[in-house]
Amino acid sequence: MNKIANVAEGPAIETVQINVEVNGVAYTRYVEPRLLLSDFLRQELGLTGTHVGCEHGVCGSCNVMVDGSTVRSCLVFASQLDNAKIETVESLGRVNALHPLQKAFWEKHGLQCGFCTPGMLMTAKELLDRNPRPTRDEIREAISGNLCRCTGYQTIIEAIYSAAYEMQGATNG
Amino acid sequence: MKPAPFRLERPDTIQALCRALAKHGDSARILAGGQSLVPMMNFRLVTPEVLIDINRVDGLDYIRLDGDALAIGAMTRHVTVKESALVKANVPLIAKAYDHIAHVTVRNRGTIGGNLSHGDPSSELPAVAICLDAKFVVSSSEGNRTVRAAEFFKGMFETDVSPGEFLSEIRFPVAARNQRFGFDEFSPRHGDFAIAIATVALEMKGDTCVSASVVHGGVREMPGQVADAEAALRGKVVSGEQVALAAKATASIEPTLQNYHGDAAYKSDLLRALTARALSQAIGEG
Repeated sequence: MNKIANVAEGPAIETVQINVEVNGVAYTRYVEPRLLLSDFLRQELGLTGTHVGCEHGVCGSCNVMVDGSTVRSCLVFASQLDNAKIETVESLGRVNALHPLQKAFWEKHGLQCGFCTPGMLMTAKELLDRNPRPTRDEIREAISGNLCRCTGYQTIIEAIYSAAYEMQGATNG
Repeated sequence: MKPAPFRLERPDTIQALCRALAKHGDSARILAGGQSLVPMMNFRLVTPEVLIDINRVDGLDYIRLDGDALAIGAMTRHVTVKESALVKANVPLIAKAYDHIAHVTVRNRGTIGGNLSHGDPSSELPAVAICLDAKFVVSSSEGNRTVRAAEFFKGMFETDVSPGEFLSEIRFPVAARNQRFGFDEFSPRHGDFAIAIATVALEMKGDTCVSASVVHGGVREMPGQVADAEAALRGKVVSGEQVALAAKATASIEPTLQNYHGDAAYKSDLLRALTARALSQAIGEG
């Protein structure tokens, strides 16, 4: 444990040291125990791709991968993640080299305002990692914990479905 | 929407956890999967002085057969329980209920012990635990004690776990060959908390029901048995007619949890319909 003097509040704030790997980069940071993973990613590391929607685990916008499984980053403290491997939407692709999922969301109109998209993409990635050829029903089940207020979901389902087949094609060919 | 400051304890062993609980008493809360506690902390409905993170504690994450019970460690995550072949083979009602429990991302993190310790009346597992007469092992620096599911839940979000104690294991009786199970619920979105739940366990001798456990959830401050429905089944040949009679008998349960999802009359109607479905499922006509 470490102490950081905080002039405004008077007493020193307790922090804990964490070593994490985020998108392949190793970081060592001292964090307040109450710092949420979502705020750690956005404010400490500047990875603002992870969106903060409801902050109580309902909307799924802040979903990221921890050690290969999605978590709601607003429901996990950074202080719990010593030695964890974290992947955010920034790990998927770049503007000129989109991940097949990102490309499919673009082509199938899987987003409008884009707020839910990072969470949708990470949840879809988890699904395809475990089940490379999902049915539409399996896709519906997988994204049932992610809210979208623009698309009506059908285009998101089509995007994930088409990305799965695109990715399979690439693997098979 | 940020939690209030707290001090963090991160015990590695059950002994260290017991010491931390004994030391901090009711100023501490236990952090398991955090899928219910952290939202409440974000809203500042809960502001513990000390948070005891038990994610590093060795020996609370297991599923194993132990005599005539399937013992599940409190820190076992939902995803592990849902995918467990041991659970499916030995306590099929848990597997049925998990078709309705939460969304994949929540199941990755949430734990069975955390869910039951939270005592949410709209959650599936408390109803299942009561239906199966599961035993809860409550531990502290003083040792272990065992509590029946029906006595573990004391009220809405209230359990028999006192400051200084924690839920360490849940013991579900292994299903007998002549037992039949059913579970159904209605929720606004698949995976959300239920507006109403019905779950049943029937002990059969041929087509005749020897004993019945019928449990409601989501309609009152705590899930509980529906004695009138159980009486309507006991000693009877379970047919469509008997199913309808037992379902009708759930009218004796007065729904007290009313909100924008449903008033008492609606929940009562749901409970009747869900009980009929759960029973039909149990006798293989669902």
